[in-house]
Amino acid sequence: MFTMPTLNYAQLAPILIVLGGALLGVLVEAFFGSKRRGPIQITLSLGTLVISFAWLLRIRNDISATAAMGSVATDGFGIFLQGTILVLAFLAVLLIADNDHFAPAVSALPGSEEEAAAISSGSRTTEVFPLTLFAVAGMMLFPIASDFITLFVALEVLSLPLYIMTGLSRRRRLMSQEAALKYFLLGAYSSAFFLFGIAFLYGYSGTLSLTDVGTANIFSAGSPVFLYIGMVFLTIGLLFKVGAVPFHSWTPDVYQGAPTPITGFMAACTKIAAFGALLRIFYGAFFLMQYSWKPFLTTIAIITMVLGSIAAMTQRDIKRTLAYSSITHAGFLLAGVVALNKAGLAASMFYLVAYGFATVGAFGIVTLVRDSSGEVTDLSKWAGLAKKSPLVSVAMALFLLSFGGVPMTSGFISKFSIFTAAYQSGNIAIVVVGVLSSAIALFFYLRVVLTLFFQEAPTDGVSVVIPSIMTRIAIGICAVMTLLLGVYPSLLLNLVDTMSTLVH
Amino acid sequence: MNILSFVTLFPLLGVVALAFMPKTNTHQIKIVALGISIITMLLSFVMALKYKSPASGFAYVTSHPWVSSFHINYALGIDGLALVLILLTTVLVPIVVLGGWNESEGGRWSVKTFYMLILVLETFMIGVFAATDVFLFYVIFEAMLVPVYFLIGGFGTGERAAAALKFLLYSLFGGLLMLAAVIGIYIISAEQAIGSFDVTALSHLTIDHATQNWLFLGFFIAFAIKAPLWPFHTWLPGAAKAATPGTSILLLGVLDKVGTYGMIRFCLTLFPDATKTFAPYIIVLSVISVIYGAFLAIGQKNLNSLIAFTSISHFGFITLGIFAYTSQGLTGATFYMVNHGFSTAALFLVGGWMISRRKSAAIEDFGGLQRITPVMAWLFFVSGLSALALPGLSSFVCEFLVLLGTFTRYPVAAIIGTLGIVLAALYILILVQRTLHGPLKSGNESMTDLNLREKIAIAPVIAALVILGFYPKPALHVINPSTTSVMAQMNVTDPHVLAGK
Repeated sequence: MFTMPTLNYAQLAPILIVLGGALLGVLVEAFFGSKRRGPIQITLSLGTLVISFAWLLRIRNDISATAAMGSVATDGFGIFLQGTILVLAFLAVLLIADNDHFAPAVSALPGSEEEAAAISSGSRTTEVFPLTLFAVAGMMLFPIASDFITLFVALEVLSLPLYIMTGLSRRRRLMSQEAALKYFLLGAYSSAFFLFGIAFLYGYSGTLSLTDVGTANIFSAGSPVFLYIGMVFLTIGLLFKVGAVPFHSWTPDVYQGAPTPITGFMAACTKIAAFGALLRIFYGAFFLMQYSWKPFLTTIAIITMVLGSIAAMTQRDIKRTLAYSSITHAGFLLAGVVALNKAGLAASMFYLVAYGFATVGAFGIVTLVRDSSGEVTDLSKWAGLAKKSPLVSVAMALFLLSFGGVPMTSGFISKFSIFTAAYQSGNIAIVVVGVLSSAIALFFYLRVVLTLFFQEAPTDGVSVVIPSIMTRIAIGICAVMTLLLGVYPSLLLNLVDTMSTLVH
Repeated sequence: MNILSFVTLFPLLGVVALAFMPKTNTHQIKIVALGISIITMLLSFVMALKYKSPASGFAYVTSHPWVSSFHINYALGIDGLALVLILLTTVLVPIVVLGGWNESEGGRWSVKTFYMLILVLETFMIGVFAATDVFLFYVIFEAMLVPVYFLIGGFGTGERAAAALKFLLYSLFGGLLMLAAVIGIYIISAEQAIGSFDVTALSHLTIDHATQNWLFLGFFIAFAIKAPLWPFHTWLPGAAKAATPGTSILLLGVLDKVGTYGMIRFCLTLFPDATKTFAPYIIVLSVISVIYGAFLAIGQKNLNSLIAFTSISHFGFITLGIFAYTSQGLTGATFYMVNHGFSTAALFLVGGWMISRRKSAAIEDFGGLQRITPVMAWLFFVSGLSALALPGLSSFVCEFLVLLGTFTRYPVAAIIGTLGIVLAALYILILVQRTLHGPLKSGNESMTDLNLREKIAIAPVIAALVILGFYPKPALHVINPSTTSVMAQMNVTDPHVLAGK
């Protein structure tokens, strides 16, 4: 028999607003001429994100596990991550708004007459805005989903737009499309793993609710083998999304191929959403079985940190370097997951915010460094940039030092709090490996800084385009936050302390 | 804001002032930088005159919550050990500014950037000695690398970028090991319901032996890289060779002292048992440093790397004194830190002037300077004598104290260490003979003697070396109480000296 669901619309409103904005965006695509779409879409997207954030502020203290019949849990943790995603998406949209990054006619073959016609007619790809909003809605649902079906739906809602957005790059289109295809195929593959895991968990426990699966362990008479299989497959699906070794191989290719603002959006927001889900599942549903998965996840964290930082050393392309850096960061964040204490949860939340700002900022700067044929991501061409554009170089150095965890930047406090939480949980191995791989990672961040500041500029050098006002705002906010959270981290640390609550 | 905080933060005021000045007005920028650093120095003198050794703990204590969720405070305070090092810093900075008046020009960036970096560095250097919160200390310890990195890479010579990177990587690597230990000791303090980074509170923890050993190593390796102790020294010669003389003075004179300072402040007082466990091994490393540094100094062809290697030898003496943990050893080591700062400053200053006049740092290019530039030659000679610890100069007092203090606990190490003095005479006198004496080498004819600005810059350094050599009492008077308190915290007493003394 079908019972009418009772939904608490007030608590779901932030997500619904974003979805509504996305649908309006689709209508704008249909009813407005290509010339006028751009400004309308930008205003619409930014407005939607702001309204959603304002609503989120209103309901920030309404904690409930039953907003949608037990399918979502709006708690401090979830609301905090939703807010973070909205803020970072806002900054990313500011970067996306610069129309030089997207192919004017996506369906046209690269180099075809059709494409040339589209370029000369001045049309632009504005579909990217509603797609972004759809992805944001999925990302906001992912960390608060508290049953497996909702989790899966959120995963798909956030992934599908990203697959398309990856293929939209204006330049190097074949590479971009290849990246999109690769992302899609591997993403579909991991979704299958994810779903397979859910099926096993359902088979074992007879329920789809995260909470009930968590306690089923104690009462179930079934063989725990099914539980383990379910857990492993589900975890693999999630690890793919966060880009942990050995499920990381898509990351460098996709990060490199995607239009740079999209890469920034993806790198920051997807990671937050995916770690949100990961933390909720492991701190909640799988908490009681921690002795069965902790060694497994600890191993993954360790190899992710080490391999990520070693692989990054050999990269010659800034986007690939940042991709490997994001893999390394996934390893550090996993250390927060296996810490499995309140400090670990709070530290992970802080880490995600700090990482998100630095990531959007760093990719924002990558969009600015160009030569006549567009963005230049080859690191050797970046040599001596500080001479020509000191401000941009200083900002880039700030983001890189933050990634490297140098004191006075937000990245240092992130690492400090994550390692403190891990140490507290008695997992000293992960702290030692973490510290050592930080040292390796520092090497390649500093190498980029060195290239920027201490190398002579090549004659066919690149230049930094004058950033649009929106790009300027985005990078500026990211830089200020990176510095502020490093110098006065209490602002955010106190907030994550109070917000780090999970309801089951 | 008490005077200690004020002295610490005052140079930042200069940074702000410089930021608003036009880039092109280099002369004015230099004057402002000099003025700010002199005022900082005078302020620190005022602070020193009013300083009274506290019965326990620190003077001029100030503490404000900084990161409350981790019980981190902006906590400053000084004892004798910190005070003398802060004075060393505040005296050396104006000397560096004045002595290297023109070294800021011709760098990768503007003169303005150079002095902003120097003044930021000064705040960090004072702050690192004043911090009584382990976390704050760590943050400054790491953050101060950044201005030095840019000073070497942006204004140095030769392989400056590579040297800067090597310096930074070594230091950050050590720093990360220390970070793990900092976190470890915080967790232990939280488990023992203190939950603090305060260095005094942490020294009251009871930590089991195995954990102490690990934490000790985390701190010690970071400090040994900084100090630099053999075999962690390999970054130093390159950095000293590439850096400008002024940067080298601050690097070897002050920054490296943070390593030896940290050994006393943190290794000895927080982990007394581990110190006793590791001391014999560290004594061996120190003796190796003394001898190794001296031997390599003899063979150097580059003036700057020669000074760098003599410093490795001298740092060996300092760690020898520290890890003998006797009252003469510790006092001698602390006093050595100050004197080494001055004598290295003198060597780098005069050496830097010689190099900039000759446009070469190769020792073989010099010769017969005594004939044409007598003032410069004499000053170089005196600086050299101070480096070889001639009686009457301050470095003699401390070297003597260190060896005396070491002898009572580790007689063999002290005896071998004494060889270092002999070798020091060798490398200094060979250097003096090659550069100053003998016939005038071609290429040196047009060298000019020191001008007034340079004489004013070097005068206080030479004065300090001579005055502290004859009358070290004021310094020792300040240092002794903190030595006593370190010994008390370690719960050790001086070994009984055998009859016949």
